[in-house]
Amino acid sequence: MINVKVDGRLKSQRFRQEREADWKRLERLMEKVEKGSMASLSEEEILAAPVLYRSALSSLSVARATSLDRGMIDYLEMLCARAYFFVYGSRETLRSQLGAFFAGGWPAAVRGLWRETLVSVGLMVIGALVGAWLFGQDAEWYYAFMPREMTGGRDPAATTEMLRSTLDGAKSGSGLSMFATFLFTHNAQVALLAFALGFALCVPTAMLVTYNGVMLGVFFALFASRGLGVEAGGWLAIHGVTEIFAVCLAGAAGLKIGWTVAFPGERSRLDAAAAAGRHAATVMGGVVVMLFFAGLLEGFGRQLIVWTPARYGVAALTALIWGLYFYAPRRRASA
Amino acid sequence: MSEASTLKLTRAFVTPEGVDLRLQLADASQRAGAFLVDAAIMVGVLIVASILIGLIGVGALAAAGLKGAEVIAVLWLLGFFLLRNFYFVGFELSAAAATPGKRAMGIRVAARDGGRLRPGAIFARNAMRELEIFIPISMLFAPAGVEGGGVEGWMYLLGITWAGVFVLFPLFNKDRLRAGDLIGGTWVVRAPKRKLMRDMADEGAERLRRYAFTQEQIDAYGAKELHVLEDVLRERDRKTMRAVADRIAGKVGWTRLAEEDDYDFLSAYYAALRKRLEARLLMGVRRRDKHDTAR
Repeated sequence: MINVKVDGRLKSQRFRQEREADWKRLERLMEKVEKGSMASLSEEEILAAPVLYRSALSSLSVARATSLDRGMIDYLEMLCARAYFFVYGSRETLRSQLGAFFAGGWPAAVRGLWRETLVSVGLMVIGALVGAWLFGQDAEWYYAFMPREMTGGRDPAATTEMLRSTLDGAKSGSGLSMFATFLFTHNAQVALLAFALGFALCVPTAMLVTYNGVMLGVFFALFASRGLGVEAGGWLAIHGVTEIFAVCLAGAAGLKIGWTVAFPGERSRLDAAAAAGRHAATVMGGVVVMLFFAGLLEGFGRQLIVWTPARYGVAALTALIWGLYFYAPRRRASA
Repeated sequence: MSEASTLKLTRAFVTPEGVDLRLQLADASQRAGAFLVDAAIMVGVLIVASILIGLIGVGALAAAGLKGAEVIAVLWLLGFFLLRNFYFVGFELSAAAATPGKRAMGIRVAARDGGRLRPGAIFARNAMRELEIFIPISMLFAPAGVEGGGVEGWMYLLGITWAGVFVLFPLFNKDRLRAGDLIGGTWVVRAPKRKLMRDMADEGAERLRRYAFTQEQIDAYGAKELHVLEDVLRERDRKTMRAVADRIAGKVGWTRLAEEDDYDFLSAYYAALRKRLEARLLMGVRRRDKHDTAR
């Protein structure tokens, strides 16, 4: 097809005409990829894409050096950039990414945050102790920390009998799934907030985690003061082991970011923040999953399992499962 | 966009093959436009879905009692949660790495270090939206408290300041990074779908045979003038072409005949000039404009 004999055409014109078909093919491929997914490409097309990309890239270098056809250079720059993102972009399917996340990525990220996790748990414990101590001083503190809509009648003014009744499960099964969903979405939102607030140099995240600890402390102290400590512990622990640990991890992720932004160390602040962000976000992805389980345990488990030893049993089991999953030593290959 | 601001947002981006792709960052207006489109889509979906679910809920309540209504409420809660937290993440995880709003603006997310755009990075950049958008919004639209109007006013002011800091954040750094981009290690670049424009030399080369420009006549201009001429030819506006043709003919000393078509003349001159400049480019001489005396 190509007329090789010297004619009136410019060199750059011939250059373009000889390669245009390949560029158009690459462009069509990219359009297909961006519209659908990898799966929409045939095997032949997947193999062709990198080859076409490299030839377009070489066309671009040649064109920049020898051609003044601005339309062509602009077009090639955009085409090469689009193809670059495809060729060097993620080729894994969502499923294999999720697989890698649960198999090793998430526990490894959690283990990497052990220092922040300890700090976060420490803050929570301090908060709880302070809350309990304050309640011991004056029961009025209860109202200062617990939002009224959350207490649901569980406050110092209630009788011991009323308090005991709130620890029982629901009489019927209706409304549980909605309750579980509400708890999950609400808690996940708070956890995400704790993570995002870390950006402001840790302080708001630390405050949020401590505040959660204080609420826990006053709540428990209220029940303990009426001799209901063991029952309230079971009521909290059945889902709390998962939920409180998830909140601590979210706090740890936020602390990691804030700390890195404040003290980037050897690397530049931007690079360090980006690395910390990716690490912390991996933990956060998992925290949402944990909170989902916590929501199920809280919404269903707690309402249906009312016998206190059974509640403690479930709590111990979840603690064991999470502990082994995150911190048990594994072979190098999976780490 | 002016040339200076384009240059300001152009970043060297060298591929492993050693070619600089000269990526262009999305400017503030494109980012804002994309966000507004996405926000409109989210609000639209929320309203339509709420109405639909509300209607179905009434039906379910009538048919299956409380149990039916509960399922619907669960659906709504989960749907709202997913929309709020995973609208951006979901779309940016796709091959296009852009939400519908970003796609409409011809921009996409890319990793700042040129590597793969990891799910963790996308999750991190969008989790920060919680701080940047949703918190200020829920602060502003929170139901006013019963007691103490003064505190409410201060909260309102705080919310606006907070939102202002984060909304204007991209304007105060040269890479137009949002707080989320900072944490995610990403930036937003322009990647519009661009069609290959017609080569203006295609017509010029044919017409060139009818015009015999001398070497001096062709050497009057440089690359910058060539591109201006290219734009004139693309637009093909009669008046502009006449003015430009007269100007060039005057400068190079070409006597124009009465029946000569402006477009023919200009396109022939374009081809001649490009041929000459490209021939010199091949020898390593790039003549930027008519004042450039590079030999």
